[in-house]
Formats: sequence, structure tokens, C-alpha cells
Amino acid sequence: MSDKWNVDDFTSWKSEDFPIGAVCLDAGNSVEYITGGWRNQRPIWHADDCKHCLLCWMHCPDSAIQAKDGQMAGIDYDHCKGCGVCVHECKFGCLEMVLEADVEGE
Amino acid sequence: MADVTVLSATGNTMVAEAYRQADPDVCVAYPITPQTTIVEGFAKYVANGQVHTRFVTVESEHSSMSACVGAAQAGARTFTATSSQGLCYMWEVLHIASGMRLPIVMANANRAISAPINIHCDHSDIMGARDSGWIIFFAETAQEAYDNTLIAVRVAEDKRVLLPVMPTLDGFITTHAMERCELLDDETVKNFVGERDAVNSLLDFDNPIGAGMFAAQQPYFEIKKAERDAIDASAPVIKEIGDEWASICGRPFDFVDTFECDDADYIIVVLGSCAGNARHVARELRDQGIKVGVARIRVFRPFPQQELVDALKGAKAIGVLDRSDSFGGEYAPVAAEICTCLYRAGVNIPIKDYIYGLGGADVTLDQMRQVYTDLQALADGKIDGDLTYLGVQ
Amino acid sequence: MSELTEIRWHARAGQGAVTAAKLVAETALSQGRYMQAMPEYGPERTGAPLKAFTRVCDTPIEVHNNIVNPKIVVVLDETLLPIVDVTEGILEGGTVILNSRMDPATARDQLNVSSDITVATVDASGIAMDTIKRDIPNTPIVAALSKVTGVIPVDDLKEHVRESFGSKFSQDVIDANLESVDRAYEEVQSA
Repeated sequence: MSDKWNVDDFTSWKSEDFPIGAVCLDAGNSVEYITGGWRNQRPIWHADDCKHCLLCWMHCPDSAIQAKDGQMAGIDYDHCKGCGVCVHECKFGCLEMVLEADVEGE
Repeated sequence: MADVTVLSATGNTMVAEAYRQADPDVCVAYPITPQTTIVEGFAKYVANGQVHTRFVTVESEHSSMSACVGAAQAGARTFTATSSQGLCYMWEVLHIASGMRLPIVMANANRAISAPINIHCDHSDIMGARDSGWIIFFAETAQEAYDNTLIAVRVAEDKRVLLPVMPTLDGFITTHAMERCELLDDETVKNFVGERDAVNSLLDFDNPIGAGMFAAQQPYFEIKKAERDAIDASAPVIKEIGDEWASICGRPFDFVDTFECDDADYIIVVLGSCAGNARHVARELRDQGIKVGVARIRVFRPFPQQELVDALKGAKAIGVLDRSDSFGGEYAPVAAEICTCLYRAGVNIPIKDYIYGLGGADVTLDQMRQVYTDLQALADGKIDGDLTYLGVQ
Repeated sequence: MSELTEIRWHARAGQGAVTAAKLVAETALSQGRYMQAMPEYGPERTGAPLKAFTRVCDTPIEVHNNIVNPKIVVVLDETLLPIVDVTEGILEGGTVILNSRMDPATARDQLNVSSDITVATVDASGIAMDTIKRDIPNTPIVAALSKVTGVIPVDDLKEHVRESFGSKFSQDVIDANLESVDRAYEEVQSA
């Protein structure tokens, strides 16, 4: 939780509790909202064959492909919703979708 | 003490002067008759370097209001102006501006809407925006268009309000007719309007915010309640700021400008440039011993319910002049509002609603005389209060 | 002149009727009086008949509508007479001023007005051609209006022409306009 703005209980806020214009006073706080649990499949990255073209990074709608210094660096499973776009876009077979049930416990 | 320059000017010239003196950070505009000369005049001041405004031209009114939303959220003092089809085209963004509580000032040249195509005055455009959460003023004269515009700037940006404001003036009748006007000196006006001190600015990089948020069912409901509370709570602030301007310029500020309503048996309720026509006839009839009055609504949103009840409660009959229709409705917007506020105050007075002057149809003094004659018959139960088109052939 | 004076202008678009309406209004303002000036707006087409209006009063003017019962009617183009009822609604004892080479008696016959109406004619176009070198009869006809009705004094009119034209036109143009004022003031005839 952000130290700037506590929104844990916002669904119970009264009208006067919202900031004027209902702005979000803590820009970027969506990172605190864990959407990884929406997933029933997940992409697996085979790093050894990766060409670091970053097509997956460009196409991920949830910014869940992590890149560092121009290189693919991994997958943020806290926010990946398992849509499979990255797998669809990968031209080198380095990403594959697997059932979440098969990796549970790992 | 303010220096006053007396000049001949149109309503649009006076609004452009008010814009110049208030010196917005951003002005975004798209031309439309009969508003065009406001932004045309103001663009000249920008080109001449008389203001420090960034003037943004856009390809439509939808874009113009959208750009205003962005500029206002960034913390800029933001003005635009429009009319008729342009206001219609802005409709969805009007609600965004008010929902995001952005203090945009937009003069509207009140004009008919198509079809048929018509460029002249009525209130169909502005009445279509009456539920959009904007504060709305109606000017009777070019002078009042100036006064209302400057009051609008202060009201919009006041931290107790933070809502967009539309100072409106009647198309052609007020926008383009030349009248004797008084312009206050720049320094006095600048002191009055001050500078915008923005809250939650997008350009405050130390405190980044997100604006234009999603809100699910219950939060949306709560936030809309806050918006309703905000416009209701703006009334005393509008009064305070209007009175302050009145003390500077020497012209009174009232939500409802009343003429001889105290002991009047028959009262006309009217908005905008037609009020003087009603008052002119009211003076004539007073000279003949007939007790008539005029109540002109200057602040339409927030609606001055109590002021109207006070002005109207002693009358025997009330005629409401509506310059737009609510097709298929029992009454047009102004009459419907008057009925609501009188009913809630437990005041039961016969009312008749007149649709007048659509598409700029001339409003004659004979029409005003006819309304007062009707009201006497209405009070006596000789005619009904059905909505009537005044002056159709 | 304490009461409200209402003037209706008839012309074709492009002849300067709106400017004339404003010229009278601004001259009245320069005397410290109240005024209104507005055209009857419509589709603007050069040559199409149009109306414009001027109100002048010593006290604030509160009516905002077209003038249907003018005290004074000014016609900038005599070819309008067969197609526009220029004297419609004119008040008893009113005045019609016509830009024409006709003498007032002939004009009165054409206008077919009652005897209480003053009819005045001035060759404002001819004067404009002589002085300003263009057929823009508005300045001279305002001078005729000044002479016949007294609604604004001619000296105030000239002073206003000097001031308001000063920023926009050369001294030659201003002098030509002032000359047109003097000539129309002298040459207008009424009956």
C-alpha cells in the first residue's frame, strides 16, 4: 500500500471522502492492484532461445513483460492476466502458455 | 477607485475585453456564428502580445472542450466560447469538465439549433446544457455580459466552487448590437480576478496525480452526489463574488433581477435580452394603475429557488417566457422549474408558459402587452395555463 | 431631445447602412447619451435589401428588439422603394430621408405618405462620388439626417468622424468625408 494515499476501503467512502474531481492523488498506484489472480494460464519464457526483439514487451497490454537495458528480463506474474498476446507475437517460440493448474505450487 | 471608459461596444466585444483583462493561460476555440467575434477579437489581443495566452486552434468544438479539459487540469486559467451546434457538439465533454471539477469559463452566444438551419437567438442550445453541471449566467445587456464574464472567472476558480461556468449572452441581440458600455481599467479588473491557484495540477511533478478516473457503481454515485453538493454550495460564493464586483463597478448583482414585484398582481419571468421589453411594457401598465412586475433570472444554475419564491409568491398570475421548448413536455424548461420551486414552497399561483422568439423571431412590445392581458384573464379563470407559442401567425 | 428616438435604415447590403447606424449612435454616445445600433441580421449578400436600426436616448435604453414604429426612416437606395415598404409603421409626425436626386415633392408622391410626415431628399450618392470618389452614401446621408431631424448636432458628427476615422484612414479620406458632410448638410431639401 502507498504511504501517500490509503484507498483500501474506498468502496465504502462517502461523497465527501473523494478528492475534488475524483482525481487519483497517487498517480501510478495501479501497480499495487494485483491482477495476477485473474489468470488461469500463464506464459513461460524460454530465455535461452530469446532474441530480445521485445515484440512481447511492445504488445503486452498490462506492462507485465519486464525489460532491462534493452533486453527481455522476465515476466511480472503479479500483473500478468494470462491473455497470451506475448506468446502469439513471439516469432521464435520462446514463450508458451501453460495451464496455471500445472504450475501451481512451483 | 476604478477608472471607467465609456464606449460603444457589442456584447461580443465586451466579452473579448473581459477575456483580455482576465488574461487566461490557455484559450481554445473554434469559430461559430454568432460567437466568432469573441475569439476573433481575443485572438487579436494574443497576436498583439497584449495577453500572455497560448491560443489553440482546433478542428471542432468537441476538440476545443477536450483541450480545455486538459489545460484546466494542468492548472491553466482556461477560456473558450461557443454557440448552438458547437455547444451541442461539446455535449459529452461538458459533463467531463464539470465531473472533473474544472474551472473552465465559456461564453455562449445563445442561438437556435438545427433543423431548420438558423443562426439567430433562442435558448435551445443552452437549455440543452442545463443539466451538465455547469454554472450558467444569462446577461441582459452587453454590459452585463462583461460583468458576468468577470464574475464567472472568480467563481469558477474559487476553491469553494471549482466548477465550469458559462456566462451566456443572446445571439445577435446582445452579441452584435452596439450599446453604451463601461469598461473598467485593467488593473482594477486584474486585482479582482487575481491569478488561478490550481489544486491537483497535472504539472505539479512533485505530486503526480491521475485525472479522468474510472469509478464503479457506488463510488460513481458518491462522486456525483459531491458534484450536486458543490453546485448547490456555489450559490453563496457566487453572491459574495457578485456583490464584490457590484461594489467595484457600481452595478447591482442579483440572482433574480426584480422590477416592481413586491406588490405585483401579474409577473413575467424571463431570461436574457428580452427582459427590458417586458419592463418597458410593465412601466406603461404601471402608469395605467395595473400592478405588474418582471422577474429576470440572471443566475440560472444554481437555480435561485428562494429568490424566485420571494419575488413571485404574492402574484395572482405568472407568465413564464421560455425561449426554447421541451418538445413533448408539459412545460418548457424555465416554466417547469418555476412550477417546481413554487410547488415545493406550497405556493399555488396560476402559471402560463409562453414559448417566444425561437430562431430570433422578433419579440414585440405588443407580445408583452398580450402576456399581461392574458395573465389578468388567467387569474380570473377565463383562460387556461396551457403552453402557448407567443407571436406565431 | 429627452425621449427615445428610433431610426430605421433601409439599404442594400454593402452600402454602409450598418456603419451609418453606428455613426449616429456613436456620435450620440460622444455627447454622453445612450444608444443602440444593430442590423437586422440575415444571410449577408451584397445587394440584398437590409434593415438596420439606431436608438438614441438621454436615459438607458432597455428594449432589445427590431424597430417597427420608427420616428425616422432613412433610405440609402431609392431603387428599394418599389420592393420594400420603407414607411411601414412610421410614427405620426415622422421623417423620411431619401438618397435621391428627386425633389422632396416628387419623393413624397412616390412614398405616398400622409401630410404629417416630413420628406427630405439629398443626392448623397452624387455627393459621395464628388467628394469620397466612391458611391458610399452613408456619411453624407447622416449629415442630412442631422440637418432635418436634429437627432445629433452636425458639429458633434464631424468631430466624431475626425476621431473615429483618424486611426483608420488618411487625412485625404477624412477631409473628403467631412466635405461630404458639409455639402449634404447644405443641399438636403425637405417638404
